[in-house]
Amino acid sequence: MEAKVIELAYALDTFYFLVMGAFVMWMAAGFTMLESGLVRAKNTAEILTKNISLYSIAVIMYMIVGYNLMYPAGGSGIIPELSFFLGGDNTAEAVIASGGDIYYSGISDHFFQVVFVATACSIISGAVAERMKLWPFLLFCVFMTSIIYPVQGYWKWGGGFLDEAGFSDFAGSGVVHLCGAAAALAGVIVCGARAGKYEGDKVNAMPGANLPLATLGTFILWLGWFGFNGGSELIISNVAEANAVSLVLVNTNLAAAGGVMGALILSKLMFGKSDLTMALNGAIGGLVSITAEPLAPTPGLATIIGAIGGLIVVFSIVTLDKMKIDDPVGAISAHGTCGIWGLLAVALTSGSLGAQIYGTLVIFIWTFVVSFIIWTVIKMFFGLRVSAEDEEDGVDMSECGLDAYPEFSKSMDAAPSNYPKQ
Amino acid sequence: MKMVIAIIKPFKLDEVREALSSIGVQGITATEVKGFGRQKGHTELYRGAEYVVDFLPKIKLDIAVDDSLVDKTVDTILSTASTGKIGDGKIFILDLQEAIRVRTGEKGSEVL
Repeated sequence: MEAKVIELAYALDTFYFLVMGAFVMWMAAGFTMLESGLVRAKNTAEILTKNISLYSIAVIMYMIVGYNLMYPAGGSGIIPELSFFLGGDNTAEAVIASGGDIYYSGISDHFFQVVFVATACSIISGAVAERMKLWPFLLFCVFMTSIIYPVQGYWKWGGGFLDEAGFSDFAGSGVVHLCGAAAALAGVIVCGARAGKYEGDKVNAMPGANLPLATLGTFILWLGWFGFNGGSELIISNVAEANAVSLVLVNTNLAAAGGVMGALILSKLMFGKSDLTMALNGAIGGLVSITAEPLAPTPGLATIIGAIGGLIVVFSIVTLDKMKIDDPVGAISAHGTCGIWGLLAVALTSGSLGAQIYGTLVIFIWTFVVSFIIWTVIKMFFGLRVSAEDEEDGVDMSECGLDAYPEFSKSMDAAPSNYPKQ
Repeated sequence: MKMVIAIIKPFKLDEVREALSSIGVQGITATEVKGFGRQKGHTELYRGAEYVVDFLPKIKLDIAVDDSLVDKTVDTILSTASTGKIGDGKIFILDLQEAIRVRTGEKGSEVL
């Protein structure tokens, strides 16, 4: 009987990882829709291609080397031990013999973790949209998912020196979101702003082509985040843990809501109108803000943490534009600036502010510096930007050879299949 | 023959079209366009960046009519497309040199 209960708990917690991982995978669709809604029509197919490709590269590279670098059998605390490909899984005998200490499938843990690295990568794709060549971007993703992300992930979640220093990051405000944003910031700086975005002191608006898609994407991310934060509790099969997961989901939900209202109200006050795109970024900013510690705060405090994230994201978007750092979708603000806030806000309920500042700086500096170097090397060898003419015509044509919305530019009636042979 | 070109507000299309049919106009071409007149544009903000809204959506009607129908066509458009507010549109009248039916090759005002 005892063995049966142990096996059942193992199966439940494994199932939990798998389902929560599937929710986080769905965030890839969320990012894709959000980004495609906020870029112009002529650049839509390219960003769709970028998103589905980066997800694919992420899962492959993480399987080959990234996962083992992040969770190595051994390492110095700073340099993880190198190994390749995934190993086997636990046997029933070993699980029962452990008395339940081994409580989930190792492969299910890989599945849960791999979708996080894909999330970090897709933060970058929106920030460099509309002017970066596709394949140099994908090349960067290879490095991001095999080295940059896993090494800093090892330092915290893999038991490295950040973890030992008392740095706290429940689900990845730092390890995932700030890391992605720092890589994005480096990419934006090395690549440069979109042509025509900044003229002297003037900032030119470049409205997104499909706000319904952008909104749908935000809701998809919101749903996926239940897996992101909920799954990061890592276990559900007893009363205490089931309760914890419940509170995590409630707090996550409230932080997003707080973020929406914070950004929407601030947008109304600052601009006189309720900018939907700011409200969408506010939801993401709120979610990122709570991700470092969604369990310890009360629901009320979680709402406030999210609301502050919503305020921060609006200020950050406007400030980055003033600094001529061109981020078409607000990714650096929602994931980076709010990621920093999320990490520091942990000190409101647990942990130490000093350790949080330390971890924030380490993650940012490592990611930004290494990314900057790799972006620069890629630029030297392959070039990063499309040509000025291709940027004007739209990267859909130059990178993908097709229109995302062909009926808007060509007559649908021109297709011969519309007229049956008489 | 004349080509009557009318720029009207989009929501007026059905009303204008029905009224023109009832006075004997047999063919109309409609295009979605953007345009502005004497009113200056206004500015909006997108994510904190200012942009000017001057081109507004309109519908352009191309109506080829016999000389005898021109005045009635213009009067009908004026009475149905007007709201009394800025942005109601304009009507231009061009001389139409020839009209030809593609299916049969017929020419002249019988084609209209």
